[in-house]
Amino acid sequence: MPDVQRETQCDQPLLVAEGLSKSYGRLAACRDVSFTLYPGEVLAIVGESGSGKTTLLQMLSAQLASSAGHVSYRMRDGVLRDLNSLGEAERRFLFRTDWGYVRQDPAQGLRMAFSAGANVGERLMAVGWSHYGRIRDAASSWLERVEIDTARIDDAPRTYSGGMRQRLQIARNLVTEPRLVFMDEPTGGLDVSVQARLLDLMRNLVSELGLAAIVVTHDLAVARLLSHRVMVMKGGEVIETGLTDQVLDDPHEPYTQLLVSSILPP
Amino acid sequence: MSVMIEMTGAEKTFTMHLQGGVRLPVVRGVTFQVKAGECVVLSGPSGAGKSSILKMIFGNYRCDGGRIGIRHEGAMIDLANAEPRDILSVRRATIGYVSQFLRAIPRVPTIDVVAEPLIVTGTSRADARQRAGHLLRRLNIPERLWTLPPSTFSGGEQQRVNIARGFISDHPVLLLDEPTASLDAANREVVVDLIDEKKCAGVAIVAIVHDDEIRRWIADRVVDVTAFAAAA
Amino acid sequence: MNAPAYNFAYLDEQTKRMIRRAILKAVAIPGYQVPFASREMPMPYGWGTGGVQVTAAILGPDDVLKVIDQGSDDTTNAISIRKFFAKTAGVATTTATTEATVIQTRHRIPEAPLHAGQVLVYQVPIPEPLRFLEPRETETRRMHALAEYGLMHVKLYEDIARFGHIATSYAYPVKVNARYVMDPSPTPKFDNPKMGNCPALQLFGAGREKRIYAIPPHTTVVSLDFEDHPFTPYRFDAPCALCGAGDAYLDEIVTDDNGSRMFVCSDTDYCESRQAAGHRGSESAAPHKERAHA
Repeated sequence: MPDVQRETQCDQPLLVAEGLSKSYGRLAACRDVSFTLYPGEVLAIVGESGSGKTTLLQMLSAQLASSAGHVSYRMRDGVLRDLNSLGEAERRFLFRTDWGYVRQDPAQGLRMAFSAGANVGERLMAVGWSHYGRIRDAASSWLERVEIDTARIDDAPRTYSGGMRQRLQIARNLVTEPRLVFMDEPTGGLDVSVQARLLDLMRNLVSELGLAAIVVTHDLAVARLLSHRVMVMKGGEVIETGLTDQVLDDPHEPYTQLLVSSILPP
Repeated sequence: MSVMIEMTGAEKTFTMHLQGGVRLPVVRGVTFQVKAGECVVLSGPSGAGKSSILKMIFGNYRCDGGRIGIRHEGAMIDLANAEPRDILSVRRATIGYVSQFLRAIPRVPTIDVVAEPLIVTGTSRADARQRAGHLLRRLNIPERLWTLPPSTFSGGEQQRVNIARGFISDHPVLLLDEPTASLDAANREVVVDLIDEKKCAGVAIVAIVHDDEIRRWIADRVVDVTAFAAAA
Repeated sequence: MNAPAYNFAYLDEQTKRMIRRAILKAVAIPGYQVPFASREMPMPYGWGTGGVQVTAAILGPDDVLKVIDQGSDDTTNAISIRKFFAKTAGVATTTATTEATVIQTRHRIPEAPLHAGQVLVYQVPIPEPLRFLEPRETETRRMHALAEYGLMHVKLYEDIARFGHIATSYAYPVKVNARYVMDPSPTPKFDNPKMGNCPALQLFGAGREKRIYAIPPHTTVVSLDFEDHPFTPYRFDAPCALCGAGDAYLDEIVTDDNGSRMFVCSDTDYCESRQAAGHRGSESAAPHKERAHA
């Protein structure tokens, strides 16, 4: 187990957000968000619709320009770079290799008309893999890892169920071994049993691969299951932050207490 | 023997915003020490704040004031003011916690629930499972149950799984919340033996036990938490 | 003689200047699609207006023009375009590939090897090789700018997964000068190898889509493939039935109602030249016909 290696990498922050804000005219969608994420940490951003959590995720993943503040990311060569200083080519490359982005609706994050194998292999082809057999083998092994029957490698995701599509989206994102994965309501819209299976898979993959992840969710159960830390957002601001079990077992802020009391006990 | 836990003037109050901002003070001025190899038992009536103190030491409850010193990797760290990732580090390497009721991630087989603390610190899955099996056997959990998730087990069985998970690693600090509550006599003896072994290995233990006999067996010192009662 | 109403080669001089600027830019950036202000031509979109505009812009009074359509000089469209330039530019025309200085073609590259000083003008329907994979123009422009061609390989992967081989048989995508991925127009993939290191200048015009691109002489042109599924030129089973050529692209001609057919060279000039030189195929009539001059 490469735990010694992990320790040295763990010393350095992976993603640093400072004073991130986004406003549309007078509407402040997101105000002054700051945090540091370390390798292997999973951070949940919890809040209801309109809390600004998706806006925050988009700014963190450089898909949306912030009105104020910075996001810095430690590249594979160890250098911490402000995302604004990256050229468009670099940013797009980062998005396709060292980062993953799992969308709530898998149809948005997949090429529905292409086969599962092509979907998983695309990132590999984008970074220069040019051997069909090896691409197919890599795709096949990832399908196995996300518990999709490899016999379906040539089927298009149009023929898949919602849960399978989501697992395919995860495989498509993880094939380049990213160090940071952004997830936007990854279990939204799925049946409860399908959600459970997906969460188990995500938990195992995150721990096996030592991924850092930022998960936006309105579901506290997802936060409890997946994340080490949680940030509660309301009205564009982070109103409470801390270890997941701290915030959920000992909520301080009125809104957090409301959220926690609203979920049905098991 | 070195001091492993040092609480100084720690306090906690709950503010229930949903009930009009009612304040529930729990404890105040909590001050005591625990040395390596020592077992300190917290005593006091139900609701006095014993579990809360344990949870504060583990970092599960946040602390409103004072200091919670833990010896972690050779130095004292104040858990009351620590960064979240430092608390995670302390939990991984230094403090083990056996809660009053088993809280396990659903759908995970018992053997993996128990092996988990070893796996996260670098032990191979095979070795961790082996040690987990050894401990489960000691606690009289039959092998046929190892592949099942513990959610369907009886209260006593769940508690024994909880204990196995807490005792499997070599954390120098152990927090035990009613470890023998739902156990029969035979299993209580096993737990007392396990606690003894930990003490001999130099582990600092803070425990909550209601049973007088168990307390006599394991406690080196008793701390009465009513001394830390906060004015209502 | 020119009808008095037309400028030389139909287009006004300013338009030709604009098109030549686009051509120069295209030649400077091999394989890159240069937008240009495509004009209304006296034939509708889809009938070669892009090719016609490029030819009109580069034609000079001393040029000799050849026009082919699917390899043939005598289809309706080839004849129309040849007459168009004969009327508006008064240039000499020919069917012999080796004698032409400018060759406008629809969907085929002549079999006879081209030489320095010749210009091959292709008629292009859809210039964007990624169009059917990524419908957004904004996105395809970015992909070309950043050389992000993973999607193109996805299409080829998909072919192999579905058919066991890369099924694209025409408009087979190529990488030009190791930089831009280009659509060679709907020429058969059989013709792809002719584009690489060609002594002639190759110009591509798309009138409806308003793009011009170019391959300067002696530029590397590589057909996209996988290491373990390399590009293989198409080979026919049998030689041309009329001239016996074994290295030419063949057309299928149905000869009767009973399903009989024969395969003959698609490049009519090539076939006739070979027959004139004495080559025969299995279906040749005994004496060969005199070639009719245009």
